[in-house]
Amino acid sequence: MPNLEHPAYPAAKLLQLESLVPCREAQVSMLLSLFGERHQFSFPSIFIYGHTSSGKTYVMQTLLNTLQLPHVFVNCVEHFTSRLLLEEILIQLQSCSSETGQTSHVPFGTFNDFVRLFKEAIASRELQDQTLYVVLDRAEQLREMEANILPAFLRLQELTDRNVTVVLLSEIVWELFRPNTGCFEPFTMYFPDYSIGHLQKILSQNHPPEYSADFYCAYINILLGVFYMVCRDLKELQHLAVLNFSKYCEPVVRGEANERDSRKLWKNIEPHLKKAMQTVYLREISSSQWERLQCEDGEPGQLKGLSAHTHVELPYYSKFLLIAAYLASYNPARTDKRFFLKHHGKIRKTNFMKKHEKTSNHLLGPKPFPLDRLLAILYSIVDNRVAPTANIFSQITSLVTLQLLSMVGHNDQLDGPRYKCTVSLDFIRAVAR
Amino acid sequence: MQKLMGQLMNCDVGVDSLEDEDYMQVSQKRIRCSMTSLINWYESVTKKTDSETPSKTRASSCTHCQPPPVVVIFKDMESFTTKVLQDFIVISSQHIRELPLVLIFGIATSPVIIHSLLPHSVSSLLCIELFQSLSCKEHLSTVINKLLLTTQFPFKLGEKVLQVLINIFLYHDFSVQNFIKGYQLCIVEHFYSQPLSVLCCRLADAKQRINSLSHDQCENIRRLPSFRSYVEGQVSEKQIALLTTDNFLKETTQKLLEDLHVYHENYISVLRCLHVFTSSLPKHPLGKQIRELHCACLEEQVWETEEYESSLQLARMLNKSDLVTMLQQCVEIFVSSSGKEFDKTVEKLKEFLTQFQKLEEAFQEQDVSVSSQKELQKKTDLYHLQKTLLELKESRRAKKLTKFEMLRFEVVDYIDSLVRNYLVPADHKTLHEIMYFNTASVLREHLNAAPRIALHTALNNPYCYLKNQALKIDGGSISNKAPDICIVYRLHLECGRLINLVDWLEAFSTVVMAAEGQNADAASSDQVDDIIQARFIRAVSELELLGFIKPSKQKTDHVARLTWGGC
Repeated sequence: MPNLEHPAYPAAKLLQLESLVPCREAQVSMLLSLFGERHQFSFPSIFIYGHTSSGKTYVMQTLLNTLQLPHVFVNCVEHFTSRLLLEEILIQLQSCSSETGQTSHVPFGTFNDFVRLFKEAIASRELQDQTLYVVLDRAEQLREMEANILPAFLRLQELTDRNVTVVLLSEIVWELFRPNTGCFEPFTMYFPDYSIGHLQKILSQNHPPEYSADFYCAYINILLGVFYMVCRDLKELQHLAVLNFSKYCEPVVRGEANERDSRKLWKNIEPHLKKAMQTVYLREISSSQWERLQCEDGEPGQLKGLSAHTHVELPYYSKFLLIAAYLASYNPARTDKRFFLKHHGKIRKTNFMKKHEKTSNHLLGPKPFPLDRLLAILYSIVDNRVAPTANIFSQITSLVTLQLLSMVGHNDQLDGPRYKCTVSLDFIRAVAR
Repeated sequence: MQKLMGQLMNCDVGVDSLEDEDYMQVSQKRIRCSMTSLINWYESVTKKTDSETPSKTRASSCTHCQPPPVVVIFKDMESFTTKVLQDFIVISSQHIRELPLVLIFGIATSPVIIHSLLPHSVSSLLCIELFQSLSCKEHLSTVINKLLLTTQFPFKLGEKVLQVLINIFLYHDFSVQNFIKGYQLCIVEHFYSQPLSVLCCRLADAKQRINSLSHDQCENIRRLPSFRSYVEGQVSEKQIALLTTDNFLKETTQKLLEDLHVYHENYISVLRCLHVFTSSLPKHPLGKQIRELHCACLEEQVWETEEYESSLQLARMLNKSDLVTMLQQCVEIFVSSSGKEFDKTVEKLKEFLTQFQKLEEAFQEQDVSVSSQKELQKKTDLYHLQKTLLELKESRRAKKLTKFEMLRFEVVDYIDSLVRNYLVPADHKTLHEIMYFNTASVLREHLNAAPRIALHTALNNPYCYLKNQALKIDGGSISNKAPDICIVYRLHLECGRLINLVDWLEAFSTVVMAAEGQNADAASSDQVDDIIQARFIRAVSELELLGFIKPSKQKTDHVARLTWGGC
């Protein structure tokens, strides 16, 4: 593992940095060489991308904080309009300066104003020519904002004529960001996923002090063995490691085995991990419920997760409406006459039908149907006479709100609203009972 | 998203300004809707409470060390746009350390929807616990219990009206709010349309009001059907007195109202007692919920119904422990009721209970039935077998009942007598119209609206809404003074699936010009008046807007008719 070396920064800090960001030394050294010395102009914009939990945000923050480089860190999801985003940058800049919180901020409309205010803010911050880093996390939201924000940020150094670098962090590749009108190409950097060795190293770092590192390493090994196939997300694995460690230590605590009895520990923990995979990982139950379960330590019994509660209670006519909607969605309109009237004629099979007989309608998904057809089918499946009251019509709308039906077509189309049924066959069967 | 944040901020700031501390006055317009402002507000609020604790006792200060979380309730999870929800969760999870949030989601369908609304990356940020509230039917029962089956409110619903409301609840929307609104509508209708409802109040007030009734109002009382049947049942002098002297009438009314009040008290207690018995029977002949029992009792004399018979029979087969628990519950109901006549009942029931207990200690004698079984097992030929079976049947009929069974019979008979005494349907009591509201048709019109029917009535019979004497027709004929659209509508009702516009226009002009039939010259000239044509076209496009016809692609100059039947 190459040591982080850079002439501009003190070695002690670099050592500390290295200990904080294991397995990312290559990326950090690349970043450091890009940043150069504090007063040196760096590349105007850097684009870092990588999968979830590949450490982008963490590495950036640790790097900037440890080396105490002046920076502004903004999350684009939280500040979802351009105005909020730009205001946040300015506020962070102003708050770092020694003046206490200014509540009055100058309203600005365009990016031009922002540039002007930005220059003022930098000047007031006494940076002594150090590079200011503006880090935009979740940068994919920038694409949803106005079209000029992204290209402007990429050229911020040129626009403000100051020593500033914009770093964009995102999970999506650069090709999807590139605007149609072209822009300044940033320096793209890829953070590869952690391999299983890396994961092991990182997870083992967090071992609680009561137990030895080897013990914890063995535990992590087991955990990774069970979960690596389904999950490579570092955050998830950390969460799971913390949750299940107490159960793992139980035999040791109880005195049944010592730290080296791997077989016994494995037998103890394995069914537990399997159950965890089905419940906590899938977020069927909450982690506090899981911990409570572990404390009880007896027969786990019936633990009803979220997926166990699938039954939906609907009023009488609503059930019929839903069933009618399902029939309307999945039966072609030709067959209505055949199913729902007493005297139907024969349906002649045309060539078209012969070709397409084999594709089941269930595979193709629900088809939209007009309101009249729904009502016609409803009247024919309900046993007694249904009065066409306003309640029935409003039930249709409430079914749409519950997302059991969905409206297809334009909202303004008062002529004939069309709907689609969005529930599955099992659900309908359960309702029809 | 902005609205969500804005509302949070505004209501938080609102709470802020309500608190009487000298917090910095923040102008609401300039507040930036962002998490940082929210966090700042939260910190300031919790710091305030922390600073107060040193003045209180030391013991309580440690409970304040973890500041209370802010609870956000999402009333209807399915109706939120998914992106907004996801973004909110992501944002709040990032600031969870500074602003502890607890989110409560109201889910109308099933919890699986969380998995379909939120992707794994978002739901992994949540620590989800499930809790279920009572089902809506239970809520309805609570509402009915508190509103109707209580002596607190003198206003009661008649059977038909109650059925309408319950049907709307069960069949249409499961909405307790709508039920309550319907109930409020009933109250308004009752007090609006029934002049004697001034007496529908607490007993003391009612008595005072009776004393101040005017002559007209006494006439109103005399006209009530239940009062009339009461009068017919009286001695003739009393009849004359009731029909002529107002004072005597007032005294009688007071007495009758008192009776009604007492009847209600008894009715409710006995109803609950009966419900205790019938709710645990298999197959629930009289319904599982108390509201069904209540409807059945209101409808007619419940002891004459078949379901009552079958439930009594089933009750005669109950086992001992069930019977004992039921009796104990009945005792509790009667003890807690306000009716004064139930002391004897309570004693009788307690007596039953003690007898049951004594039976436990007594020794049960074996029946003859055991010996008869042994007889059967001997080898006999067909004739002897027949004889022994017949003897067995007769002996079984004349079998001596065990003490337990006799006691059970007694209990059931006693309950039966209580029912016959007290569960008289309200229709049979005099002056019930004052308290009970029973015009279900009005309710149905308002709550279960049928827009098509209303439209049809309006177009077919414009007198109903316009109240113009000239438009009054006795069915079948079209008055030519009716509005154009009514004439056009009536004509189109007589046509088939496709309507020829030209024929329609001619028929229209014939009807319209029927009044001016004397000017036969103008009519015979084959040319239809321009004004009439314009009127026709306007009426036809109005019908198209209303959705009764639509332009047809199959034939030119034709329109397709879209509705059939009266509605």
